[in-house]
Amino acid sequence: MEKRVLFELKGLPWLLMAPQLAIIGVFFFWPAAQALLQSLQEQDAFGLSTRWVGLDNFRTLLSDSAYLESFLTTALFSVLVAVLGIGLSLILAIFADRIIRGALLYRTMLIVPYAVAPAVAGVLWVFMFSPSIGVVSYGLSHFLGFEWNHLLNSTHAMTLIVAAAVWKQLSYNFLFFLAGLQSIQKSLIEAAAIDGASPWRRFWTIQLPLLSPTTFFLLVINMVYAFFDTFAIIDATTHGGPGRDTVILVYKVYQDGFKGGDIGGSAAQSVILMVIVVALTVFQFRYVEKKVQY
Amino acid sequence: MKLKIAAVALAAACSMSAQAQTEIQWWHSMTGGLNEWVNDLSKQFNDSQKDYKVVPTFKGNYDESMTTAMAAFRAGNAPHILQVFEVGTATMMASKGAIKPVGEVMKQSGATFDPKAYVPAVSGYYTAPSGEMMSFPFNSSTTIFYYNKDAFKAAGLDPNKAPTTWPEVTLAAAKLKAAGSKCPYTTSWMSWVHLESFSTWHNVLFATQNNGFGGTGSRLAFNSPLHLRHFENLSNMSKQGLFVYKGRASVAVPSFVSGECAMFTGSSGSYADVSKGAKFAYGLAALPYYPDVPGAPQNTVIGGASLWVMAGKKPAEYKGVAEFFKFLSSPEIQSASHKRTGYLPITIAAYQLTEKSGFYKEKPGTDVAVTQMIRKTTDKSRGIRLGNFVQIRTIMDEETEQIWAGKKEPKEALEAAMKRGNEQLERFQKANSR
Repeated sequence: MEKRVLFELKGLPWLLMAPQLAIIGVFFFWPAAQALLQSLQEQDAFGLSTRWVGLDNFRTLLSDSAYLESFLTTALFSVLVAVLGIGLSLILAIFADRIIRGALLYRTMLIVPYAVAPAVAGVLWVFMFSPSIGVVSYGLSHFLGFEWNHLLNSTHAMTLIVAAAVWKQLSYNFLFFLAGLQSIQKSLIEAAAIDGASPWRRFWTIQLPLLSPTTFFLLVINMVYAFFDTFAIIDATTHGGPGRDTVILVYKVYQDGFKGGDIGGSAAQSVILMVIVVALTVFQFRYVEKKVQY
Repeated sequence: MKLKIAAVALAAACSMSAQAQTEIQWWHSMTGGLNEWVNDLSKQFNDSQKDYKVVPTFKGNYDESMTTAMAAFRAGNAPHILQVFEVGTATMMASKGAIKPVGEVMKQSGATFDPKAYVPAVSGYYTAPSGEMMSFPFNSSTTIFYYNKDAFKAAGLDPNKAPTTWPEVTLAAAKLKAAGSKCPYTTSWMSWVHLESFSTWHNVLFATQNNGFGGTGSRLAFNSPLHLRHFENLSNMSKQGLFVYKGRASVAVPSFVSGECAMFTGSSGSYADVSKGAKFAYGLAALPYYPDVPGAPQNTVIGGASLWVMAGKKPAEYKGVAEFFKFLSSPEIQSASHKRTGYLPITIAAYQLTEKSGFYKEKPGTDVAVTQMIRKTTDKSRGIRLGNFVQIRTIMDEETEQIWAGKKEPKEALEAAMKRGNEQLERFQKANSR
């Protein structure tokens, strides 16, 4: 038998959804449509003259080798952020879940970074790693003889932005994993323990599979985060340097559009970015989700 | 009843606006002590007369306030006065419908206005080919050389004699390194100091069509043997640890202020930070040059920002803007601002007044920037005015970093920067040709 709530008024569901729809419309669909429109135009900074240029903006972008390179940079960056972010937070959540005394304190401390704005997170990391004067870089060179210089070493620069981006997102992932772990019935784990399964085996065969919906959700969210929300971190740390080695796609959108006033070129980039993220999300839902056990 | 109240309210509003002062909105990007300076200037002007009220508002850093103003203009809410950094000059000039030239504002309001009273290298930069002054120079700076006198003494160098040429800088750096300095020389603003100012200082072109003054068809031209020689020199210094790269924009300033780096090139505006933070004896000197280049040293290039008047406002408001600019250019106000902030005086009278007051004797080195600028400019040295300059500066940073990282040879990096920069110029030319 089918369970269904019946509304007497046909319009009521729409009315109830209206506030949410209005928000999505104004803050998501309208700007997206605007970006689509502007990507086909060429405008001067103040919008005094607008010309339709068809796909010219896209053609310019795709023939720019520097732009194509930033695809690779973005791919590396987002995979690192998603994998490390999810992996580390899972480990932290498992340990936090096992802690009995002072659990609240640990959990609170782990959630705090989420309240920090991305730009502030970037500044914090840059303070610590600033060559020759940062606490961490000074320590590295003083005690280990390791010269940290993210200004000229691209590996160091990438490490820095990945660390800052992962740290910033850690709390969010942590919260979801912790909630996921706590919703797993204790009886399952206890039964396995009685059967003689080691903690590792219990985790691998019971907890991890049961966490798979959470992991999948976080994978999508972290990818979107790495693609869209990280430009402030890069702006506060490396500015895309050394060279162009940490210029990820979203940072270039910001740089060209907001700093350079090149609205058409920037809009074209954001459309490309949008297409990539939609494609990735569709891919994840079609193929990765099949492995998820609900 | 309701109607009556509304009518009364309306009448009251009308009579109020008839009496009220005309408000002039001024968007700026000055923080800290400079923000106080802007507020003080506005207050002083507002107290000096009754008709106009200048309202200064901080709108974020230079590129943020410019972006905000672009969006505001599109929405019809632009301010009357907008402070724009020098890099945005070409964009503003090309946006003819969005701005009102300062020369026109002054003329229409009947204010006496003599463009010749201004320091040529400063006013020339903001003047259109027709000779009309487009924006009002407000806070202008240029590139100068700083050095740590204590470190010089420790390395056996004469602390009262700054190196004046690049070969001398290299020699001094070698001595400093031998004496244990980990960072003998560093710089801020790579493109501004080492390509833009470097070009005008040696009277060679940075870009064709007189560095963009001739029109939007200008293309970059810094692949000359002289530019290459300078970057090969810097590259060698970097390899030997004589020059240490400390980052883009003004990120390198604290490295000098903390005493880590012994020599430094950067904005004359960094004087405020140096004088406040340095716990050692320091000296200011002119930017080094290559002595065998004919015509060098010419003059250095301008930095800082100017005030633009936005289009589409009422005549009475423009009159207020003109009055305010007249107030700002009086020698007394100029001289006081120069002493207070370290920015250049924009009129020659203000410079003379400051000199007479004995300020330069009291604080030696503060006149370096002025003397570098108060010269008769040539077509090659008037300044650099290019479209999409923000992006071009970023490209310079990106490509030159490859030299210091050892990934590209100077020639390769400069050529790549030129190619990518020219693409930006072509784009700008296309978007602004109508």
